[in-house]
Amino acid sequence: MKDNLIVSGSPHIHKKGSISNIMWAVVISVIPAGIAGVIIFGLDALWVTIAAVIAAVLTELVLEAWAGKKITVFDGSAVITGILLAFNLPPNVPLWLPVIGAVFSIAIGKQVFGGIGQNIFNPALVGRVFLMASWPKYMTIFVKPFDALTGATPLAALKEGKILEHISYLDLFLGKRGGCIGEVCILALLIGAAFLLIRGHLSWHIPASYIFTTAVFTYIFGAAQLFHGDWLFHILSGGLILGALFMATDYVATPLTAKGQLIFGVGCGLLTAVIRIWGGYPEGVSYAILMMNGATPFIDRYTRIRIYGTK
Amino acid sequence: MVRLAENKHYSENKATEKLPLPAKVYLPLIQHLGKVCNPEVKVGDTVSLSQRIAGIQANVYAPIHASISGKVAAIQDWPHPVLGRAKAIVIEGDGRLDQSVFSRRNQQEIDKLSVQDLRQIVLDAGIVGMGGASFPTHIKLNPPKPVDTLIINGAECEPYLTSDARLMLEKTSEISVGIALVARCLGVKKVYIGIEDNKPEAIRVFSKISGIELKVLKSDYPQGGEKQLIRNILGKEIPRGKLPFDIGVLVQNVATIYAIYEAVYKGKPLIERIVTVTGSCVEKPKNLWVRLGTPIKNLIEFCGPLKEEPAKIIIGGPMMGIAQYTDQVPVIKSSGGILLMNKKEAKILDEDPCIRCAACVRGCPVGLMPCQINLASERAFWNLTKEYGAGDCIECGICNYVCPSNRRLLQTIKRAKLEAAK
Repeated sequence: MKDNLIVSGSPHIHKKGSISNIMWAVVISVIPAGIAGVIIFGLDALWVTIAAVIAAVLTELVLEAWAGKKITVFDGSAVITGILLAFNLPPNVPLWLPVIGAVFSIAIGKQVFGGIGQNIFNPALVGRVFLMASWPKYMTIFVKPFDALTGATPLAALKEGKILEHISYLDLFLGKRGGCIGEVCILALLIGAAFLLIRGHLSWHIPASYIFTTAVFTYIFGAAQLFHGDWLFHILSGGLILGALFMATDYVATPLTAKGQLIFGVGCGLLTAVIRIWGGYPEGVSYAILMMNGATPFIDRYTRIRIYGTK
Repeated sequence: MVRLAENKHYSENKATEKLPLPAKVYLPLIQHLGKVCNPEVKVGDTVSLSQRIAGIQANVYAPIHASISGKVAAIQDWPHPVLGRAKAIVIEGDGRLDQSVFSRRNQQEIDKLSVQDLRQIVLDAGIVGMGGASFPTHIKLNPPKPVDTLIINGAECEPYLTSDARLMLEKTSEISVGIALVARCLGVKKVYIGIEDNKPEAIRVFSKISGIELKVLKSDYPQGGEKQLIRNILGKEIPRGKLPFDIGVLVQNVATIYAIYEAVYKGKPLIERIVTVTGSCVEKPKNLWVRLGTPIKNLIEFCGPLKEEPAKIIIGGPMMGIAQYTDQVPVIKSSGGILLMNKKEAKILDEDPCIRCAACVRGCPVGLMPCQINLASERAFWNLTKEYGAGDCIECGICNYVCPSNRRLLQTIKRAKLEAAK
């Protein structure tokens, strides 16, 4: 018998799975929403997405090589950050915008904290709010679906007090409205989320509590009269579904326990509704999630699980 | 709790066989939790089968008996499956199979046994908990508070291992008699046996035994952990820092019960046990009756020839078992299985950063947040590891098993436990 036996601590078996498994599964899950974006807004949407992905991957590669760290660009994490950033941009922006956004997302949102697993805030949203603050002109002009005319998003129209008779709930659900690339087609987003849910990479706690809280809050306060708000309109428009399913569920910057995740979702829902109803912006999903990302360590501290044998 | 690939099919239908007597046995002076025994024989002494050869004046210990008859060849340092190395008594066998040395008790004598008598018999027989913990059984039979519930652990939740399952099938009546005996001596009101639903044969035979309530448990790891077993059978928990007797419960493994039966009825001390030899490298996996002290090399050769060279040898199951550095190491009282892994199965995976996916949090059967303890332990924040309850860890290994980043969660939590004990 050989005398060079492998000796290591228990356990000696390991469940299949890795970071790249999870990240690539998330990439697959957002493909339907990407396809829908291209169908609705044309090839511009595709170029914006590709630009963001390439910029994100290259930024990660350069920074990791520079810092002499393990190269992790193939784990899918930079790819998904690029895609999610692009999904939060209007389809008709100049291509340097997603590039700058992606560089910022990866460099400032992720690598300065130490790379994967270390970021406090969702990197894609960090990139997005950076672009929003720096080039608001490009970030708030949206094309209407299936034509080249620009127009307001339904949420912006609502904010300005315009009447939205021509948009039905079904149109909102399918994505026939102005908006960001990945946020418009709710159906496609739900298909992707169902895939992640079945694969066990997504838990229902954050999306459910987030969407439910927004619905309740906008129903109560969303109209001039209490309890007359159009909650279904609020759920179906803007980036709420994209945010609740794919942005607010980033493992790294969200709480660990089910209870913590429910609190996180409720917090996101409240902040989103408050910004939409009383804030200066028509949409509040990005800011709501980022603020709750900041609250995550605090939530984790007070939502520990009960240990066996304790009360 | 998680469902694991069971891999019990290798050996679950293999009836037990007796391993031929080894030429030499290596009996470590410590095979239990407690004080190390002192040798009571000298090199050159002739020893008979089941003769007591080591013991100590102490409370928590279990004496060691000669598992073959022959001559004491040496008392020396030798590989130990748990401690790495320890002093062992080496007996060179004379090849005799004579078992008539045991003095049987008749039923009348047994009916008169008190709990003190039982405890003495168990101590004299060197019996320890055979589920893996190897805590001396006579101490467990002497709870400081009265117990009213006896739980027999037949869960055998570790993948691959089938020694308890075979014992339950092949020694059903002996185990039932042993259970009744322990129950009578301790005066318990209620007796349960917990068996996982992956052992339908054992469930069938034990459903027919009167006086024992059968609890069929889900085949989720670690169902056979004492804390989990009590919660899932009785619906109550042992309060933190307390022991089962604090809530009136005593848990015994089926193999321990069988050892008690043999000691009481046959006057036979603990000198042999069933060991499952299994794994993908093993051509003929078996459940073997093995004399304690037999080097595992003998067992592996008996199940050979191997399909491929093992890269890792584990004593115990794949979740809590201990990887061995040599096949010279002997079978001791707590060795329930030998698992051979090939190179691919034994590959050590690279560690990645924690992405806070919380798989370990959802998996932990005692409600810890292993990823948080891991981060604190890596930075030597011992106050924080304590605050996060590192001391409550039962070392089941689920956190490592489920982690997509292959982080060494359990190792760092164990480290934190050691620091806390300082």
